[in-house]
Amino acid sequence: MLKLKDINKIFNEGTVDEKIALDDIQLELKKGDFVTIIGSNGAGKSTLMNIISGVLIPDEGTVEIDGQVVNNLKEFQRAPLIGRVFQDPMAGTAPAMTIEENLAMAYSRDKKRGLRKGVTKERRILFKESLESLHLGLEDRLTAKVGLLSGGERQALSLLMATFTKPKVLLLDEHTAALDPSRAALITDLTREIVDRSGLTTLMVTHNMQQAIDLGNRLIMMDKGRIILDVDPEQKKTLTIERLLKEFERIRGEKFASDRAVLG
Amino acid sequence: MGTALLGSLESGVIFAIMALGVYLTFRILDFPDLTVDGSFTTGGAVAAVLIVNGYSPFFGTIAAVIAGIIFGALTGILHTKGKINALLSGILSMIALYSINLRIMGKANIGLLGEDTLLTQVQTASSGLGESLSKYSIVLFVIVLVILIKLIVDRFLDTEVGLALRATGNNARMIRSFSTNTDNTIILGVALSNGLVALSGALMAQYQGFSDVSMGIGMIIIGLASVIIGEAIFGDRSIRRATLAVIGGAVIYRLVVALALRVGLSPSDMKLMTALIVIIALIAPMMINNWKDKKKKDARRKQSASEMKAHLEGGKNNA
Repeated sequence: MLKLKDINKIFNEGTVDEKIALDDIQLELKKGDFVTIIGSNGAGKSTLMNIISGVLIPDEGTVEIDGQVVNNLKEFQRAPLIGRVFQDPMAGTAPAMTIEENLAMAYSRDKKRGLRKGVTKERRILFKESLESLHLGLEDRLTAKVGLLSGGERQALSLLMATFTKPKVLLLDEHTAALDPSRAALITDLTREIVDRSGLTTLMVTHNMQQAIDLGNRLIMMDKGRIILDVDPEQKKTLTIERLLKEFERIRGEKFASDRAVLG
Repeated sequence: MGTALLGSLESGVIFAIMALGVYLTFRILDFPDLTVDGSFTTGGAVAAVLIVNGYSPFFGTIAAVIAGIIFGALTGILHTKGKINALLSGILSMIALYSINLRIMGKANIGLLGEDTLLTQVQTASSGLGESLSKYSIVLFVIVLVILIKLIVDRFLDTEVGLALRATGNNARMIRSFSTNTDNTIILGVALSNGLVALSGALMAQYQGFSDVSMGIGMIIIGLASVIIGEAIFGDRSIRRATLAVIGGAVIYRLVVALALRVGLSPSDMKLMTALIVIIALIAPMMINNWKDKKKKDARRKQSASEMKAHLEGGKNNA
């Protein structure tokens, strides 16, 4: 479903600030795979997400989604294929617009936008039904402005919007990191529920090792722009934080650099 | 109704069309577009030239709208494709349009007195209805027109494209991730906005009986004043409410200007007055909020102090 081949990306090439962000990345996700990505700051996780979604263009290599090479497609052109939730709860929704208007925009993601009304009676029923699946009571607040919602509610809505049209690939970029623990747990549960229900091919970046182990069927560890560990579904079932850390020390010969990864 | 008051109402409603255009860019797209000063004149120039050359006023007005749309789109293209700062793109268009407007008109001023215009046609058509009614024919015509435009704008902003346009001004990153090319929505928004501005200019030229190369100077500030005054007085809770507020703001602005002229200010003071109105309208809400906040805090402090006192005294009694 998603195939990355020989991806290289260097920032500020040829200057003193040169940084190799991605170094020869090879990654293939089968349909329905749910892969979690961990790694310390600067490992290249977010760069990888940006390259898949088209915010950044790789220096070398190809990105293939559902058999289609998308290298030359801009972000908005790839968007029908990709659902994305950002770390910032404010980033995924339009605060001055209502809940139903936001959902209408998500609904139009894989269709041509025209002069039809964005929110119609039939669509409103559909919006209500899908909001009910969040168990937050948002279905009764269709005409409330999204700016009035709490961070957790907004992130839940972002998640729903990102998955509304069942994208080929779902990208979750530390989407629970900015929330308090109980809200983060809620969003984590919703993520599991939504991804399971629709069988979405998902790539999730997280700083939280426990979350990375709990969710998904495959785990990848990145460091300094490379994939240094790829845990397959069989091994992942018995994976623990201790074993992950040991694995990291064995490969790198150094301690894992981030306390946040363990404690966060 | 006094003639002066009726006149302010008529021109206020015509300016309201321009203010709706400014609302589209300034509020919806979050794009401060200064093209307005140029495109307002362009509207007047195109309509006037076509009318004096024997074309129908209706055709002249439609052509003016199209010219406004084209020049608005150019500003949008400068900003999105040329990556020029929004303010600067508007200023560049405005300056360029000054020369273009002179080219269109061929001279600095075209008189329309004695020519058939949309408004004289309305007057002629209504003359059969009796004098008392025909006196109000122009104001009724422009009010119906501006309400019609408001309804179209409201409806457009509810469409799928309209939602994408609003999201572009609200959270561009988000709507890009929902497959909208924000370059296109910006160009579309600025184009439509300047279409409305040019329509307003075309009607103003026909209303006042001439088109002048400097008739658009300061228009953007009048538009902003209308938007800000309208929102402050009538509220902006929803799009429907806000567009109505902008129309109200334009009319009120015009009435205030008429009043200021009556108390002895000269027409040349009006630009200064407008700037002052906008400054006050921008600063006042902030100051009022601060003042309210402070009052609330003082009240709370007083209350907690008196509670503390009561508590202490209560303690004494117990002891």
